[in-house]
Amino acid sequence: MMSAVRCINLCKTYRQGDQDIKALDHLSVEIEKGEFVCLMSPSGGGKTTLLNAIGGLDIPDSGEVWIADERIDQMSKGQLADLRLANIGFVFQAYNLIPVLTAQENVEFVMQVQGVPAAQRREKSFAILDEVGLKGLESRRPAEMSGGQQQRVAVARAIVSRPELVLADEPTANLDSKTSAELMELFTELNEHHNTTFVIATHDQRVQAYARRLVRMLDGRIVDDIKQNAA
Amino acid sequence: MHMFFVLSRLAWRYLWRNHRRTIVMLSAIAVGTWAMIFMTALTRGMVDQMIVDGISVIPGHVQIHDPDYLDDPSVYNRVALSDADLTARFHDAGFAAWASRVRVPAVVTSERESRGITLLGIDPQAERSFSFVDYDAVDGRFLEGADDNGVVLGAKLADTLETRVGKRVVLMSQDPDNEIADRGFRVVGLFHAEMEITEESYAFIGKRTAQDMLRIGDSVTEVVFVGDDYRDVEPLYTAVMARVDDSVQVSRWTEVDTYLGTMMGMMDGFMLIWVIVIFLALSFGLVNTLVMAVFERIREIGLMLALGMKPISVLGQIIIESMMLLAVGLLIGDLLAWATIKPLEGGIDISVVAKGMEMFGASSVLYPNLSVDDVILANVVVMILGFLASLSPAWRASRYEPVEAITKV
Repeated sequence: MMSAVRCINLCKTYRQGDQDIKALDHLSVEIEKGEFVCLMSPSGGGKTTLLNAIGGLDIPDSGEVWIADERIDQMSKGQLADLRLANIGFVFQAYNLIPVLTAQENVEFVMQVQGVPAAQRREKSFAILDEVGLKGLESRRPAEMSGGQQQRVAVARAIVSRPELVLADEPTANLDSKTSAELMELFTELNEHHNTTFVIATHDQRVQAYARRLVRMLDGRIVDDIKQNAA
Repeated sequence: MHMFFVLSRLAWRYLWRNHRRTIVMLSAIAVGTWAMIFMTALTRGMVDQMIVDGISVIPGHVQIHDPDYLDDPSVYNRVALSDADLTARFHDAGFAAWASRVRVPAVVTSERESRGITLLGIDPQAERSFSFVDYDAVDGRFLEGADDNGVVLGAKLADTLETRVGKRVVLMSQDPDNEIADRGFRVVGLFHAEMEITEESYAFIGKRTAQDMLRIGDSVTEVVFVGDDYRDVEPLYTAVMARVDDSVQVSRWTEVDTYLGTMMGMMDGFMLIWVIVIFLALSFGLVNTLVMAVFERIREIGLMLALGMKPISVLGQIIIESMMLLAVGLLIGDLLAWATIKPLEGGIDISVVAKGMEMFGASSVLYPNLSVDDVILANVVVMILGFLASLSPAWRASRYEPVEAITKV
């Protein structure tokens, strides 16, 4: 099967005060297309750093990062931006919506930057907002929505242009259990129906139950890599 | 092009995210723009009036002289072409307003006082359309022809000489042989002018009377031509040049009165400096507004970069935001300036400071002149400088690392 993500011998060290913190310590991992992977670690274990390296948001000190058949750790900022725009959907922990845009405009944002025609954007954004259960809230701004609704808008934005890879960093951290379950059901459905690869960094036990592969990290290294039957 | 619309919409929304700050900045830009244009209109009006008044006294946008006349404006340096020859060359040549005249330094003496003046021997009918004297507003009467034997003095000069209409004065100058040329004249009229200095400096007599008194036959010392626009005299200059030879000198008014010519050039420079000075004051507010606008949305900038927006687009977004702020502020300022200047175009009476204004050659009524060119200059300069001022905060915003920016609290 084709690799969606391949990390080879990644190292990343941060300086915190007088101390060097190894966020990634010679880490290698390969994720195949269509996998649903959970990265788990205690806080500071390196999962967000790994997610950022995979998404081209952070450049490792050494090692290689491949997305499909493209090596990205040597790309320029502009190339990385193009890669993220075309291939990767992001869901961040703290919703991260653009506050001056409505829900529908937030969802359209990536497509707008991609240059998708207006009619097509509108159709897709309404459809995806319906899919994530936000029908009727399209014209609300983030400040007028609950945390769960905002996170669903962020998810809708991440998946609306059907990226091959979705990276989610603690997507359920600010959600109640019911909304978390709905969100994970949505991810599972997308994974199964569209063969979208999901890499989710979390320490939420409820999320781990949905994954078919659990990658446990500690101090920047992988300590356990298990395949399981999803919930 | 689609990115421009994306960025414009974001910029516009962000502009109104903090209404209060935007309104304060818009007010500052609008008032600054108003001040630029209003002050420029007042100054332009004053300088235009000075130039128009100055040219009306010269008079003429283009003049013909003997090559040495401007250095030594005496009867000795007369135009080499006779009056008859000049008439033959210019009478039917399509010049709307022209006249030949005698202009020499002279002394006027009443029974009580003497004053040095400029004596003008004119054909009143030829100069009626462009003379600075309103013939109908003269106390007494104006000259009736080139053979008129009377003299018309400025009202102020008459006061100084303690003379009046009906009394006699003596005019004295030199003939071409450096002999005294003098003659008694009856004062037939007193003219009024915008400035007292003009009333004090000139006396009018008939052209042929002057030629007889100065014993110069049908010679003149200058020929004046008036065109449609004092700012554009080149067509008139070229037309006059084409009809004379090297024996005479053809001059534009800017060369005849270099002070006025310099004033016109200086005015444009002054406008630019004035606009830049006001903008510099505004730019602190503008840069501060943009820096704050960037600072309060570092996370959102990081998010946009993370989602695939390129750094150049972030830079563009901040610059567009700045340009929108300036454009709206300029529009309000322009309208404000128009609304305040238009009602004043009939003139502002500044007679309380008339004496002081006269020192600069300005009259006691100020006519603001709202020039489209000045408005365009102010707007273009502000937009260009605003663009430059916004580069620094925009550049900083585009250099954020997405992963750092997105975690900023």
